[in-house]
Amino acid sequence: MNSAFTPEMWRSLLPEIGLLILALVLLIFDLIWLKQPQQRGKWLGWMTSMGILVIMGIAAGFSVPQGEGSLEWGGMLRFDEAGFVFRMIFMSAAALTALFAIQHEALKKRGEFFALLLISTLGMNLMASAADLMLLFLAIETTSIPLYVMAGFLTRDDRSVEAGIKYFLFGAITSAVMLYGFSLIYGLTGTTQIYELKASFQSGNLPPGLAGLVILLVLVGFGFKISAAPFHFWAPDVYQGAPTPVAGFLSTASKAAGFAVLLRVFQITFADQSALWSVMIGLIAAASMLIGNYLALAQRSIKRLLAYSSIAHAGYILIGVAADSELGTLAVVYYLMAYLVTNLAAFGIVNLIENRVGTDEINALAGLNRRSASLGLAMLAAMLSLGGIPPFAGFFAKLLVFAAAVERGMIWLVLVGVFNAVVGLYYYLNVLKVIYLQPPPEEKIAAPTTTAWRVALWACMAGILLIGFWFAPWYSWAQAATSAIWVY
Amino acid sequence: MQFPILSALIFTPIVAGVVLLALPAEQKDWIRRVALAAAVLILLMAFKLYFSYDPGKGGYQFLEEAAWLPQFGISYKLGIDGISLPLVLLSGLVIFSGVLVSWNVEDRPREFFSFLMFLGASVLGVFCALDLFLLFFFFELAVFPKYLMIVVWGYPKTREYGGMKLTLYLFIGSVIALVGTLAVYFGSGLRTFDLLALEQAGFPIEFQRLWFPFVFLGFAILGGIFPFHSWAPDGHVAAPTAISMLLAGVEMKVGAFAALRVGIQLLPEGAQYWAPAILLLATINVVYGAFIAMVQTDFKYVIGFSSVSHMGLVLIGFATLNRDGLLGAGMQMFSHGVMTALFFAIVGMVYDRAHTREIGSLGGLVRKMPWAAVGFIIGGLVSMGMPGFSGFVSEIPVFMGAWQVAPLVSVVAILGILITAAYIFLVVRRVFFGEIPPELDQSVGDVSGKDKLVIGMLSLVMILLGWFPSLLTRLIEPGVHSIVALMGGGW
Repeated sequence: MNSAFTPEMWRSLLPEIGLLILALVLLIFDLIWLKQPQQRGKWLGWMTSMGILVIMGIAAGFSVPQGEGSLEWGGMLRFDEAGFVFRMIFMSAAALTALFAIQHEALKKRGEFFALLLISTLGMNLMASAADLMLLFLAIETTSIPLYVMAGFLTRDDRSVEAGIKYFLFGAITSAVMLYGFSLIYGLTGTTQIYELKASFQSGNLPPGLAGLVILLVLVGFGFKISAAPFHFWAPDVYQGAPTPVAGFLSTASKAAGFAVLLRVFQITFADQSALWSVMIGLIAAASMLIGNYLALAQRSIKRLLAYSSIAHAGYILIGVAADSELGTLAVVYYLMAYLVTNLAAFGIVNLIENRVGTDEINALAGLNRRSASLGLAMLAAMLSLGGIPPFAGFFAKLLVFAAAVERGMIWLVLVGVFNAVVGLYYYLNVLKVIYLQPPPEEKIAAPTTTAWRVALWACMAGILLIGFWFAPWYSWAQAATSAIWVY
Repeated sequence: MQFPILSALIFTPIVAGVVLLALPAEQKDWIRRVALAAAVLILLMAFKLYFSYDPGKGGYQFLEEAAWLPQFGISYKLGIDGISLPLVLLSGLVIFSGVLVSWNVEDRPREFFSFLMFLGASVLGVFCALDLFLLFFFFELAVFPKYLMIVVWGYPKTREYGGMKLTLYLFIGSVIALVGTLAVYFGSGLRTFDLLALEQAGFPIEFQRLWFPFVFLGFAILGGIFPFHSWAPDGHVAAPTAISMLLAGVEMKVGAFAALRVGIQLLPEGAQYWAPAILLLATINVVYGAFIAMVQTDFKYVIGFSSVSHMGLVLIGFATLNRDGLLGAGMQMFSHGVMTALFFAIVGMVYDRAHTREIGSLGGLVRKMPWAAVGFIIGGLVSMGMPGFSGFVSEIPVFMGAWQVAPLVSVVAILGILITAAYIFLVVRRVFFGEIPPELDQSVGDVSGKDKLVIGMLSLVMILLGWFPSLLTRLIEPGVHSIVALMGGGW
């Protein structure tokens, strides 16, 4: 193995180095700049967000992988388009979340919050490009541990603390199960390198029962990250208890990271077992859609509703994975981009309403259209995008996952999916009904929006619309990521 | 390069809708003016299309094409033929009338007219689309204006139920059609959504028979096919007047049109296989809808169920798969669209003044609102197929077509027309003639000038068409001709 450092190695790690430096700068800045705590929060948020944008710019300029990608750092990292596209997804989510966090009273006063956000993003970046199970596990933990802290960040709020602990316990158990799966893999094959494992898992090399068990154990860990049923129980409580911008981040970036590893490990390492896991994932997808959508019907808290809807969306996205085809992978990536802007917008608006009205009941949205027509429209766009209605992002994303399954002849899964889309539309429309029909409450609690919040919401709206009808650039990105995974 | 008139037609309401949302909410007069200007522009462009379409040449004209997502086979492709052109004209008429009758909406007119414009863009887009994906895109674009307009501005007692029921029924239909559409996309092996290319794909006969029901039924739910029709009366009654007009007048045609264009034109052999089943369901539509309309006590429900009955005639025309039947279906789509828009407009005018729609508590309104009474009677005559009105020239070809494949259907459907005559006469007598209840005598006044314009215009169209059916048949004939050519023989 060549031990000398090559420029390619540094290029493959450039965004992560940037994020680490940014996090350290923020911590130091937070320590030495003690004046005016109110102003400081604004500065920290803007610095995080702009810093990430700069890093994204640098990444786009200097660390675009060439060709079909390569293995770096002694086979630890895969430097390819898939990693690149997913990094961009995570960093966009982090940049938007930092801006939304400025609107949150408790978060913006604490520099640690933004540092944790950056470290978690760093972990996700590594998840998307890890080519070795050891690094993958470390990356998952690097992602998760800051997220546990962020979920329980409001130490005076019982629900937030509960959310942090619950998230931690679930995460620790599923990580342990997944790690057990990893150790079995190592024991059976003697390697942890994802690309070398492919050969060992080729049919005949392992008893099928054992391979199935390993796949199941690994799926537990990944299923937790993407909040798919039956590993979803943490999601509603955590989303409700966690600070709202954190819930938005969890439901978008963290979920996307889960899908990134799911795609890489399953499509590459377990490629020969695809007949087996395709059925498993199809069942998980169907269960997630059914459980998510039907339980969402009964929710009175908008955050819990979004949590169940997020479980259901994990199900829709899993259709793309279950399809086990290039179109399916492409659909997953496209869906994640669409879901990112949509759900961040929804949580951003909920954050504002929660600040104003002091509750996360759906009824807190009553009369939003009369109170602020533009806010009502923004929520309309977010809800319809979640429901899969054009011209918003969710429409084409849903169409792509369904198309992938139809292509593979998985008609049963498509039918489950489309009928769930109908159920989903029902509760999204109910939210719109509250916004447009119900009279606004008497008292108006003033909580002016910050510039940061407005910028972030506008960015999300632009994303929802552009992904919704200007398909070409996003499709090409998703295609690039797909071909990097399907090289093998 | 010629002026892209179809794009202009579709984007006028979209731009108007966005501009309206950007206007300040207090500027109610400006909001109405912008909406009216857009509606007039749409109507003018529709007429321009009507006069410049060359029926001698036939086929798809005013073609426009631009790349949208070539990797996935999606293009922005527009064009109209003799089947869709009358429907474009119909949409122009109904959108214009809808703006006029909603002139006095006081609750958030900005959102009202904006959503109305988006709904208009959706229907125009479906009629002009020559790309299956584009058609679907516009088809689903209608979901939120429909729902929100019914729920926010609809009839308070039933709007939440009616709006949700309508929206979910139609969404179920559209997702079923989506599955079929995707199957067609992959089954063709062409990786394109281009309707003209898919028409030539030559699907295997088993494939056509398997997927035809998905596509046809999915869209036909929006056309009100039995037993999935019950959203129509509930939704139409709950909707505000302009939306009832657009939903029954145009949206139901969107469903029927998409079922024809995607279902029958792409999968003709599937259509031949399933035609008897469709014919049976459509016949039930005609008779059952008429019977239920007869026993309604609510003025608006009568019209709601009459739409179910009349759309049955359109579907019978489709199911015959022959020249006469399809010609009649094309005519009936236009004729029924105008007629039902007029009916719902008049029902709305009556309700706005009398504040009740119970047939029992209305009466003698001919003395108070003669225009409305005359308009309703004209609509009624159209509806029962009286010669000299557009209903006659549309229904006769349908019956002729049905006679060729199943004479019994013609007989039963003509009985349905008899029932129609009965309920129309009943309603006319009870609502517009007889004694006027004393409490209405004081409060009810005549309709406004704008209302008269709507009644006059829509009535005139139906009479003109009754005397000069060639105004439309010259367009529809070549369109039907190319569909029949796909079929290679009827049943």
